[in-house]
Amino acid sequence: MSGRTAAERVALARHPGRPGTADYIAALCTDFFEQKGDRQCREDPAILGGVALFHGRPVTVLGHRKGKNLEENLKCNFGMPGPEGYRKARRMMEQAEKFRRPIFTFLDTPGAYPGVEAEARGQGEAIARNLAVMSALTVPVICVVTGEGNSGGALAIGVGNTVLMLENAVYSVLSPEGFASILWKDAARAEEACGIMKLTAEDLLAAGVIDGILPEPEGGAHTAPQSVFRTVDEALCRALEGWKRQSGSFLAAQRYKKFRAMGDPAGKRERA
Amino acid sequence: MNGVFAKRRQHLLALKAMRDGQSSHLARSAPCPRCGETVPRRELVQARHVCPKCGYHYPIGAYHRLSLLLDAGSFRELDERLTSRDPFHFPGYAGKLDESRARTGLSEAVVTAVGAVEGRKTAVGVLDSRFFMGSMSAAVGEKVTRLIEYAGKNKLPLILFSASGGARMQEGILSLMQMAKTAAALERFSRKGGFYISVLTDPTTGGVTASFASLGDIILAEPGALVGFAGPRVIQQTIGQTLPEGFQRAEYLEEHGFVDAVVPRAQMRETLARLLKLHGKGEKP
Repeated sequence: MSGRTAAERVALARHPGRPGTADYIAALCTDFFEQKGDRQCREDPAILGGVALFHGRPVTVLGHRKGKNLEENLKCNFGMPGPEGYRKARRMMEQAEKFRRPIFTFLDTPGAYPGVEAEARGQGEAIARNLAVMSALTVPVICVVTGEGNSGGALAIGVGNTVLMLENAVYSVLSPEGFASILWKDAARAEEACGIMKLTAEDLLAAGVIDGILPEPEGGAHTAPQSVFRTVDEALCRALEGWKRQSGSFLAAQRYKKFRAMGDPAGKRERA
Repeated sequence: MNGVFAKRRQHLLALKAMRDGQSSHLARSAPCPRCGETVPRRELVQARHVCPKCGYHYPIGAYHRLSLLLDAGSFRELDERLTSRDPFHFPGYAGKLDESRARTGLSEAVVTAVGAVEGRKTAVGVLDSRFFMGSMSAAVGEKVTRLIEYAGKNKLPLILFSASGGARMQEGILSLMQMAKTAAALERFSRKGGFYISVLTDPTTGGVTASFASLGDIILAEPGALVGFAGPRVIQQTIGQTLPEGFQRAEYLEEHGFVDAVVPRAQMRETLARLLKLHGKGEKP
C-alpha cells in the first residue's frame, strides 16, 4: 500500500470522480429496482437503495448518494441524509429481513444533515433506531466504506457482520473540519486534525473496527473504477460465502459480539 | 436489607452528592443564567436546584441526582473504577482526564448503579456534564452497556438520565462505535421484555441522542433541556439563519412527537415510580 498521509487520503476519499453507491450498484448488480420514500414524510435522495440481483441472487443494496454533478449534488444534499433517508434505509432492511435477502451497504457521507427540519423530524431518533434494528437482523449484512464515512450519519447504515474499507476511504467520528472546530474552535486546522484522528483504513483495522482493507489502483479508485468494482465484487462474494450457511440467530449474535467488543477500556471485567 | 451497610451506603451517597454540589457553580450564590435573579444558595438547594423565580433547571451532578431519586440506603454503584485508558494516545488527553477526575471526583462521565425508587429495585445510569461534557468515551459506552446487560440479567427496569455533548473526540472512532454497542444492547433488552425509561436533561446532543437516549419505551425530559443531534451552533453555521425560538428545547421535542412528557425535577421521582408501577416492574420485595 502506498504511503499516503491521512490528509491525502481524505482528499482522495472526497474526489468528485470517485465511484459512488450508484456506480457500485450498476456495476455489481442486475435488475436493480430502486425503492423510494420512508412511507411517512418524503423521499430522501441522499440514500439510494432497493432490490437487485447479485450473481443471480436477490439482495438489498443501499448506500449514501452524493450525486455526480452540481445539480445532482444539490438534489442529494451532497450525500447528507435527513431522518427520512435513514427511515427509508430501515424500511428496506426490514424488508430484506422479511424476504431473507442479504444486505449490502455502501458508506460515503460527510455526515447526517444538520438542519432545522432534520432536527424537527428526529434525526437522532432515526439514527438510533437504525442502529438498534440493524444489530438484530438475522440476514447477512456486509458494509463497505467506499468514500468518507463520517459520524453517526455513516454508522446508521454500518452495523454489519463484515465491515470493509477501500484503501483510501476514511471513517471517523466526525469530519476533520468538524473535529478541528470542536477541539480547537478552528475548522481551518482540518489537515492537522487528519493527522491525529486515526481515520485511515489501516488505523481502523488496527483498532478492530473493520475486518479488511480493499486495495485501490495506484492513483485512487477514480483512476480505474473497473478494477475497483472487481475488487469489491470479489470481496462481497467472499463475505457472503462465509455467512450463507449460518443461521439467523448466529448472524445476529455474531454482529452483537463484534460491536460489543469495541472499546472495552478495562479489557477485563471489573466489578465495584 | 442489612441496616448497618444500608446506612453506610446512604452516608457515602450523601457525601458524594454534597461534593457534586460544591464542585459546581452552585458553590456560591450567583445570578440565574436565565432570569438573572440571585437566589440564596440555601433556597436553591431546597428547590432541587430549580430557580424558584423562572423554573430554570440547573445542571446537577450524577451523585446528586441519584440522591434525589433513590430510596435511602438503596444505592449500590456498579463498575465504579471503570475509566478511559486513552486508546489512541491522543495528545494531552491523559492529563485532561486526570484533571477532570480530580475536579469532579468522578471516574468517568457516567455513574451506574442499582437502587430502589419508592421501593422498586431499578438499574439507573446518570451522565454527568461536568466530566468532558458528558461525552461518550469507550468507558461510558461500556458502563452503559454493562448496566443494560445487568438489568436484563436481573430482570430489572432501566432508567438512564442523559446529559452529553456527544462523542468524545479524543477517542475517535471507538467513541462512535459506542452508539452501535449501546443501541444493540438496548435492542436485546427490549426484545426480552425489558422496560427502559430515558430521561433527557440539559444538554443531550450528538451520539448520545442518536443512540440510547432516543430508544426509551418512555422518554421524559426536564423542562428547557436542549436536546438534538446536531448542536445549534453547527446548524446555524450550516443554514446561515437564526434558529427559531425554543428550537431543540424539551417542549419543542414534545410538540414534535419525540418526548412523552416534560417533567419538572420536583415531580421526577414520583413520575418514574408511577411508570415502574404501571409496567409492573421492580416489584417491591
